[in-house]
Amino acid sequence: MRALCWYGNNDVRAVTVSDPSILNPHDAIIRVRLSSVCGSDLHLYDGFVPSMMPGDIIGHEFMGEVVDTGRDVQNLQRGDRVVVCSIIACGKCLYCQRGLFSLCENSNPNAWAEGSLFGYHTAGIFGYSHLFGGYAGSHAEYIRVPFADVNAFKIPEGVADDAALFASDAFPTGFFAADNCNIQLGDIVAVWGCGAVGLMALCSAYLLGAERVIAIDRFPERLQMAREHVGAEILNYMEVDVIEALKDITAGRGPDACIDAVGMEAHAGGLPGMYDKVKQTLRLELDRPHVLRHAIQACRPGGTLSIVGVYAGLLDKIPMGAAMNKALTFKMGQQPGHRYIPRLLDYIAAGQVDPSFVITHRMSLDHGQEGYQLFKTKAEDCVRVVFTP
Amino acid sequence: MQQTTHQMMNQEQTSSINVGNEERLVSLLAGAALMLAGLKRIVPGGFLQTVGAILGGYYLFNRGLTGHCEIYHALDMNTAVETNKNAVSVPHQQGVHVRKSITINASPEEVYRFWRNFENLPRFMNHLESVRVMDERRSHWVAKAPAGMTVEWDAEIINEVPNEVIGWRSLQDAQISNAGSVRFRPAPRGNGTEVRVELEYVPPAGPLGAAIARLFGEEPSQQIGEDLRRLKQLLETGEIATTEGQPSGRGGSR
Repeated sequence: MRALCWYGNNDVRAVTVSDPSILNPHDAIIRVRLSSVCGSDLHLYDGFVPSMMPGDIIGHEFMGEVVDTGRDVQNLQRGDRVVVCSIIACGKCLYCQRGLFSLCENSNPNAWAEGSLFGYHTAGIFGYSHLFGGYAGSHAEYIRVPFADVNAFKIPEGVADDAALFASDAFPTGFFAADNCNIQLGDIVAVWGCGAVGLMALCSAYLLGAERVIAIDRFPERLQMAREHVGAEILNYMEVDVIEALKDITAGRGPDACIDAVGMEAHAGGLPGMYDKVKQTLRLELDRPHVLRHAIQACRPGGTLSIVGVYAGLLDKIPMGAAMNKALTFKMGQQPGHRYIPRLLDYIAAGQVDPSFVITHRMSLDHGQEGYQLFKTKAEDCVRVVFTP
Repeated sequence: MQQTTHQMMNQEQTSSINVGNEERLVSLLAGAALMLAGLKRIVPGGFLQTVGAILGGYYLFNRGLTGHCEIYHALDMNTAVETNKNAVSVPHQQGVHVRKSITINASPEEVYRFWRNFENLPRFMNHLESVRVMDERRSHWVAKAPAGMTVEWDAEIINEVPNEVIGWRSLQDAQISNAGSVRFRPAPRGNGTEVRVELEYVPPAGPLGAAIARLFGEEPSQQIGEDLRRLKQLLETGEIATTEGQPSGRGGSR
């Protein structure tokens, strides 16, 4: 089959590899219909996630059709149209049973490696480095899905492939971010980053009862999406002082919750931006936490900071004094999508949300390098590239 | 997961006693006598000698009372432990000691039952090739060694409380002397079972010993930790997570 593999920084190539096969009794093989790039792939593409190996098949947001099932798979049949959560869960460990699927204890075959870095290990992720299990990713014609009964969700009739695709990762990640904000009626929620995850976080904040949602980015076309498709108020941080603007919008109170949907490769202008860029390049600091710093500063006393932008290592100059003295609540993590996906598919089926508006480009796997370049540089107003293997 | 690996050089973990019983009694009596003599000024000489007698007597007395000698401790000496090396599989203060634990989302009965059927062990212990149960107490173990070699030994159960503990040791003529125990205890709030493994082994000298050292790699506790993780996966999900045999762009299938 054809698959898009990582070979080094800024180097992905479509090559022919062998087809996947059932390796364990709970596996299923899915023929991939759609597979999306994700902002977190850029951390791999840019070489900021350790333990990638040349030849790794990347991609983790996908939907498709079941073509084969292992002998212990019970809920799926050949021909089922499914969306698969990008995080792999076993469904049986204590974490899974408590709904903390992204902390699954049994799905990461390289648990010891991640455990030695983070103290304890977490779940495996499709196509996301050997630290997270070394699973082959979804930018391929076929993919093997472990614990398929737990990780693959049947797509209801009437839900289009384009919309169902984002129930894999972007929508549950955004929903998790909003859910973590403990939104009360009348709350104002600010979201940094208007990629697909940020846009879905804005949608989700509304779904969970926020009165006003504020989108923060620097790309006019993304801000326009937030305004037109979500109904968010928008702030371009290149044009306004975000913290002052948020004070103004909230009449001096500050947002009740702030969502970081950007993570480790945040952009900032001026000296602070240069400072982090230099440190990250020299590997003195793995992550560039501009958004985190801003969000801590901007959040109202007693408010919640919800982090879904990916961080991989160590951060510098985090205003912990502000966080501590303002009694902020920090919530964060990789999405436990299994908790939300059926509910999100219902929202889509009911016409309340259609995440497919984030798709700006479609390509074959053979144009993978071009797709990631577009996505990285955000040329041609690119928000999401979707591959059709 | 908790881990401790160390050479059993001077570790007496359960107590700090390093003075043998007879020696303690002598210390106790001599110490008491010295202190008394000092206090009654029987010791010939002046003030310093008197104070010295009292302090020295106190030290001896205390050494007898507690069984702990700072000087022995500093010299790595220990007269408290029986050193009859023929009586145990792994003599005291020798060999490699590994301690590792994990919590499994299954009842102590289930985990014990699975473990007690020793023929299951090679399913999650990667370095084991086979275990054959010979009778109620004895079993024959075959472990993989580098270069296609194997290491074999017979073992017997020396301690067993159903659903709680299994202890075993190798019998004489083992190619690798070893002893170990596994304990099963309900985790807090009934959330599964705490499984604690202790293992001691003495690699033989010579090339076979070197091969065995490599068998466990540089970090035996990591090997045992991985074994326990596979046991957990097997008992909780019925399979062991893997990516062996999946496609990649590294030239065909891996």
